[in-house]
Amino acid sequence: MYYLKRIAFLVPLLLIISFLAFALVRVAPGGPFDKERAPASPEIEKNIKEKYHLDKPLLQQYWIYLKGLMKGDFGPSLKYRNHSVNDIIAQGLPVSLTLGIMAFLLAQGFGIPLGFLTAVKKGGIIDYGGSFIALLAICIPGFVVGPLLVLIFSIHFGWFPVGMWETPMHAVLPTIALGLYFGGKVARLMREGMLNTLTSEFITTARAKGLSETQVLVKHAFRIAVLPVVSYSGPLLADLLVGSFVVENIFRVPGIGVFLVNSSLNRDYTMVVGLVLLYAVLLLVLNLVVDFAYGLLDRRVKME
Amino acid sequence: MVSVTANRKQANGIRQWAVLACVTLAALMMASCSQHKERADLIIMNGAEPESLDPAIVTGQPDGRVAGALFEGLTRFNPKNAKPIPGLAERWDIAEDGQTYTFYLRTNAVWSTGEPITAEDVVYSWRRALDPLTASDYAGQLYYVKNGENFNTGKTNAATGKRYTKEDVGVNAVDTHTVKVDLEGPTPFFLDLCAFRTLAVVPRQAIEKHKDRWLMVHPVPTSGPFTLEFWRIHDRIRVRKNPRYWDAQNIQSELIDLLPAESSTTALNLYETGEADVIWDKNLIPSELMDVLKGREYVHTYDYLGTYFIRFNVTKPPFNDVRVRKALTLVLDKERIVKNITKSGEKPASCLTPPGMEGYTSPEGLGRDQELARKLLAEAGYPGGKGFPTFNYLFNTSEMHKQIAVELQAMWKKELGINMELRQVEWKVYLSDQSKMQYDTSRSSWIGDYVDPNTFLDMFMSNNGNNRTGWKSPKYDDLIRQANQERDATKRAKLLHDAEVLLVREDPPIAPLFFYVGVNIFDPAVVEGVHQNLLDEHPLWPLRRKAGAPKPGTKPTEAR
Repeated sequence: MYYLKRIAFLVPLLLIISFLAFALVRVAPGGPFDKERAPASPEIEKNIKEKYHLDKPLLQQYWIYLKGLMKGDFGPSLKYRNHSVNDIIAQGLPVSLTLGIMAFLLAQGFGIPLGFLTAVKKGGIIDYGGSFIALLAICIPGFVVGPLLVLIFSIHFGWFPVGMWETPMHAVLPTIALGLYFGGKVARLMREGMLNTLTSEFITTARAKGLSETQVLVKHAFRIAVLPVVSYSGPLLADLLVGSFVVENIFRVPGIGVFLVNSSLNRDYTMVVGLVLLYAVLLLVLNLVVDFAYGLLDRRVKME
Repeated sequence: MVSVTANRKQANGIRQWAVLACVTLAALMMASCSQHKERADLIIMNGAEPESLDPAIVTGQPDGRVAGALFEGLTRFNPKNAKPIPGLAERWDIAEDGQTYTFYLRTNAVWSTGEPITAEDVVYSWRRALDPLTASDYAGQLYYVKNGENFNTGKTNAATGKRYTKEDVGVNAVDTHTVKVDLEGPTPFFLDLCAFRTLAVVPRQAIEKHKDRWLMVHPVPTSGPFTLEFWRIHDRIRVRKNPRYWDAQNIQSELIDLLPAESSTTALNLYETGEADVIWDKNLIPSELMDVLKGREYVHTYDYLGTYFIRFNVTKPPFNDVRVRKALTLVLDKERIVKNITKSGEKPASCLTPPGMEGYTSPEGLGRDQELARKLLAEAGYPGGKGFPTFNYLFNTSEMHKQIAVELQAMWKKELGINMELRQVEWKVYLSDQSKMQYDTSRSSWIGDYVDPNTFLDMFMSNNGNNRTGWKSPKYDDLIRQANQERDATKRAKLLHDAEVLLVREDPPIAPLFFYVGVNIFDPAVVEGVHQNLLDEHPLWPLRRKAGAPKPGTKPTEAR
């Protein structure tokens, strides 16, 4: 029942989000058809605005847009006039999804064990070394990591391509560049979670029952310690799935991350709203999944 | 026992989930990675992602280069010098008064899908570009055709009381292979315009059937030397030789990939690792690396029709005083800017029209004379810069523009004692503020569309939307109008020259800084057919990988 309510709540929420995005993007100065060269006559501009209904009042424009949206049509891109927003998302989303999932797996695969280890070996060389690596991953931004990876592994060693998206080899460096930062954050969360859990009474009880240290750590402590990571995973995955402007730019990955920034700069109204809606759906659905996973992992949690 | 079974079940469940995740990921990977079965003969870094490939819609150069490969006009650009040469029309007659052109189409000109290209196709294409419903930014290129402007702007015919229709436009099919064009007046550069994308011939049936999505449906009938294999946004555009093109024997490559890129560093990395063969968009050359790149045998710089200049808003004091504008122009050390900032071999400019146009010599503008500048400023009421209001300099976000702005700020402060504030804004805000005249001084640039001074000079006519300075000079307007009605080339050049004197010396609303240079990156031992010309035009048909050149994907450094 709780989940049905949550799902039913998505529709009005998405409507509000789409209207806000639709209105706010139009508030910014400049329009989609402003160019360095003015058209030969003001009528040309008028013709273009008419064609894309930009001459109509805001609510009327929104209503036209909404009618299209009900048929699953996000409308034409105002920047790439031969493409519809659906075309662009259909071409770019599989790429961003692939890159995002791989980066997510890298972040979890790197972060969870590192956080777990540094917590278990607290105060030792593994703790200091591991925490330093996690901190480094967080501190170095993608636009530094990306070129560094290219310089070392593509230009110097020639092991990986410098860019593009053709074979699995092309995906390696962008995945590292995208996943490393989040891996660092996951490691920090995991470490904190583990340290808090290890001081809990039920861990003392488990040890008193004579369970092996491995059983205590893996079966009892880990399940609870991983909860903050699970909470963080929803928005993290939503972030990763819609691509990254910086990484896609550096490695020429044809995902939709580039459009997230460029569509606002280009005042590509329909593209902005389309991407905002896509991101909102991902975020809301993934948060729902996280809540569901939370309930599975921690029986004390009841969704009401 | 129970717990063991439960654990096993749990383990099996996890394994199943892991397998499912791996399969999903592999499927996504397969779907999203471009499985190019064959590598193109040439891979070109073409610039920004084209906004469109529809000749009536394209405005940018990267878009135009691809559109030009797919669709041809009555004339086409000579790859060596960008002059118009016969395209779909094998010849033409020009009437004595220069106002009527009769074009004779090639009888062997056919669409890539096999149907003949007829005079009706030409008429349809031009009228479509002018049709308000097409919403073409560049419809103005057809305003020289009789009633082109009237139809595009929805004017009413005073004689009939009805709105002008497409039938009123002065382009008509005489027979299957003859097109008659009536112009508003003699237009000396009309043949250049016929090579321009907006006037290219496009497939009527495909457009009428698929509307705005006609380029997304395969096969797209093309009239040019190539067909569109596929267009994956932000990935690549692949074009294939059109075997039905009238001059197919001279198309040198079977398959060419044109890659968009936002990052100049990425473009250069792709070239350096052999993933790309040519970079021919200036925006993809990192200017900060020009010191290192200049002098290498694969870096080719050349003059082209582009000028970087400053606009003054002459509607506001103190810039409504010509003495102030002249003073600010006279103290500019342009040599310093091109030497320390742009670094690609740009030439300092004192006039708007770049050199290299046949039969036209630009006038000398205002030189550098700090003494005279200070004198003029004092005459205007600001001795030593006293009382001169702090003003702003509008420019769009870019490292180069910023460096130039800082340099200008220092020059004006040092030489005239006046204060300028930098106003860096994002691109669309910059365009909006400049067109609404919400600025004091502003960075500007202009790239010519055809090899004629008019492409630069008509911009500053009073009614031109690109003027954006508020400067209105009836004398200037008159000179430009006279020039464009003049058939005698020498007299015309004199009229244009006089107009430019007014623009850059006598009553300047602008301060020219430098002429752009084009930069191409390719190894002449590997690629041939890339010619450097004033319009920075690079038709694809003469391009090819040289026989005996290293195979695609070889690092240039290894090849050498």
